[in-house]
Amino acid sequence: MSPSESPCKDRIIFVTREDHETPSNAELIAEDPDDPYEEQGLILPNGDINWNCPCLGGMASGPCGSQFKEAFSCFHYSKEEVKGSECIDNFRNMQECMQRYPELYPQEEDKAESNSGSASDPPTEGSALPSETDSAPASSEPESAVPSDSMSPTDDQTAS
Amino acid sequence: MLKCRTAWKKLAPLARASSTVCRQNVRRTGLTNGRIPALVPAAHMSTGPAGGGGGENRLYFALVGAAFVATGIYAYRTVKGDKQRYQERIDEISSRPSKATESDPEPPAAEAPETAAVEAAEPEAVPEPEPQAAPSAEEPSPSAPDAEAAAPSETTEPPPAEPSAPSEPSPADLTEPPPAPVVESEPPAAAAAAESPAAEPAEPQPEVVAESAVEAVPALPKVPSHTPYLLIGGGTASFAAARSIRARDPNAKVLIVTDEPDLPYMRPPLSKELWFSDDPSVTDTLRFKQWNGKERSIYFQPASFYISPEELDSAENGGVAVLTGKKVVHMDVRGNKVKLDDETEISYDKCLIATGGVPRNLQVIERAGDEVMKRTTLFRKIEDFKALDKVSRNIQSVTIIGGGFLGSELACALGRRSNESDLEVIQMFPEKGNMGKVLPEYLSNWTTAKVKREGVKVIAEALVKSVTCKDDKLEIQLKDGRLVKTDHIVAAVGLEPNVDLAKSAGLEVDSDFGGYRVNAELQARSNIWVAGDAACFYDIRLGRRRVEHHDHAVVSGRLAGENMTGANKPYWHQSMFWSDLGPDVGYEAIGIVDSSLPTVGVFAKATAKDTPKAATEESGTGIRSESETEDTAVSPVASSLPAPVVQQNKDDYGKGVIFYLRDKVVVGIILWNVFNRMPIARKIIKDGEEHADLNEVAKLFNIHED
Repeated sequence: MSPSESPCKDRIIFVTREDHETPSNAELIAEDPDDPYEEQGLILPNGDINWNCPCLGGMASGPCGSQFKEAFSCFHYSKEEVKGSECIDNFRNMQECMQRYPELYPQEEDKAESNSGSASDPPTEGSALPSETDSAPASSEPESAVPSDSMSPTDDQTAS
Repeated sequence: MLKCRTAWKKLAPLARASSTVCRQNVRRTGLTNGRIPALVPAAHMSTGPAGGGGGENRLYFALVGAAFVATGIYAYRTVKGDKQRYQERIDEISSRPSKATESDPEPPAAEAPETAAVEAAEPEAVPEPEPQAAPSAEEPSPSAPDAEAAAPSETTEPPPAEPSAPSEPSPADLTEPPPAPVVESEPPAAAAAAESPAAEPAEPQPEVVAESAVEAVPALPKVPSHTPYLLIGGGTASFAAARSIRARDPNAKVLIVTDEPDLPYMRPPLSKELWFSDDPSVTDTLRFKQWNGKERSIYFQPASFYISPEELDSAENGGVAVLTGKKVVHMDVRGNKVKLDDETEISYDKCLIATGGVPRNLQVIERAGDEVMKRTTLFRKIEDFKALDKVSRNIQSVTIIGGGFLGSELACALGRRSNESDLEVIQMFPEKGNMGKVLPEYLSNWTTAKVKREGVKVIAEALVKSVTCKDDKLEIQLKDGRLVKTDHIVAAVGLEPNVDLAKSAGLEVDSDFGGYRVNAELQARSNIWVAGDAACFYDIRLGRRRVEHHDHAVVSGRLAGENMTGANKPYWHQSMFWSDLGPDVGYEAIGIVDSSLPTVGVFAKATAKDTPKAATEESGTGIRSESETEDTAVSPVASSLPAPVVQQNKDDYGKGVIFYLRDKVVVGIILWNVFNRMPIARKIIKDGEEHADLNEVAKLFNIHED
């Protein structure tokens, strides 16, 4: 504490590991998953896809955005046994479009097709990154943007 | 001419009044026996001294006379000015037909532009050498004319000009210099043609015209005369908004107008990562390597992501176009349009103002003359980075004035460089320590010690009195008498938000924080939003504020984009910020972090693992802010560098959490060398609860764990 200020202004507490062993009794307000103000995850409460999800990065907004949206929507709403089997054409359109912009969509898209969608492999130029603020190109990191429903909405977008 | 009359009207009563007073006083002085003064005329404005003495009379005469003279001067000036203004207006109007953009009359008369422009359209169809009715042109044309139909009626000024006469010479003008005017008047032609009753010629014409728009001479940059989404400013907030709009409005057409020559880029690396790069060509590539070796460019997207402004109108799936090197100088809110510095007008449906700000300068430097200004850098843009990089290689001593984020980061970056060269790096500021306005004093002192260890000579409590240039060296005289000699100055003393458009647009500017005043939904007026550094917005939780951080620009830009596409969401997701001052000191923060607030800091022992470097290596990501999106840490990667063990003594604040309180509620949190916990911090601020024991709250952060 600094002597020049009132001693109460900046309190300092040093704690050991043991001090913090007991669980906290601080109360936090319960989260409302349907709160419209909150940042939504990939899937909105009504079941639609949140195209503005930071997890998708620039996929839905780039030059191939509409193809991506069509393909992914088709897949999302697909009720076939093999999910998305009727969406082959859409995915092909998307891939063709992406091949026209190799700088934006480097050709690691093969991995994408075998996953649930192409959003799992964002391109190196950073157009599809979870934290698009100043994020590193996570070209092959699976944890960066898997658009599966398991992504919890509250943890989704923090840094941006 | 009318002004003459109004001026005279103003003068007349006063003239009458003063003359009556004169007459009155003459009479009064005659009546010295104190009898009631003569009748005062009804129109009399001023009250004279009743039966006043001579001295008072004279004073009164002088005052009235002065007022009369002043009014006379004012009237004269107004008349003259009006005459001049009128002349300018006439000149402007007469020069307009030669520009060949619009020569059509009043906006309400929408038919007039149509008929006039239809005539313009027909002779145009002729000079078109390739009237290819390409199928691709058919698709954009229905949507393009719709968008552009608004354009002629909106962009026409109401000159008291003849309706159809000027439009006739204009087609003639148009055909003469084929590429430029043809390109420019195509939208009105296309639009008008589409709407004109002459259905048959209308249909092939839009195709022809649209097609030739695409084939227009590439050398001429064409500005679309209308865009559904106009984003003024090409920085982080603007880009985030563009992305948001494109995601939510299918096939949206977004036009970004920026006065910089660069495409949208991120600013933090300019004072951090770019300086640590080993690549000698970094000033050209603007790529940087992160801790984990991954490289990326500071540009959000490469050029292929964007479409060119010429193509914006006809793009089937829309896109984002960036118009560089153009400044918006005037905004007409009623007409939903803006004017650029080259007189071009662009109308919009929705507009975002994301103009950011301009670095402030010290008055003593501004007044010090050109020699000093030449040796001073105001750091903000890519060109400033390039210039400073170049300068720093050729000088012996650089002084950074300012102890906040930018100043400290640049000092550390340059300080690192000084290890390789002979560069002397000095940092001076009025506070007691680095980040003195942000960190509580004990942490500010600690930070200053770290900065010094990066090779920086820190001069605290320094107020600059004057700066002079002597023998090619700058001499900074401080108020306490110290003299600092240096070769170059970097002034990092704050940002002045850019509110140039406030006047013409009639937008409110905040007097406390600066910037455009907007509501919680970032809206300034009906179709105008503001985001980023320039927005003074209402934060539901924390009150009205203006935030100058990168993540805020992203969050607010995204939100503005959402609201521009109909979301109506308030600012709710709290943005964060971070700073790394060398490899040992790193923190992330959220909310209001102002050192004047009472704080409570909870600290633990620091181990070698608790450094920014370790945090990024562990989570396997390049920049720490990205790792915040991961909700679980990835399996730890063994740190390959043997970092020194940090000695724990009483004053060693290795890692911890600092709470900033306002009325017992936590309004700000700093995570000091503790990473990947931002969601918890965000939650605590969002709740806005009063917590009796902050140590209990600190437990939620698990500061002893990695």
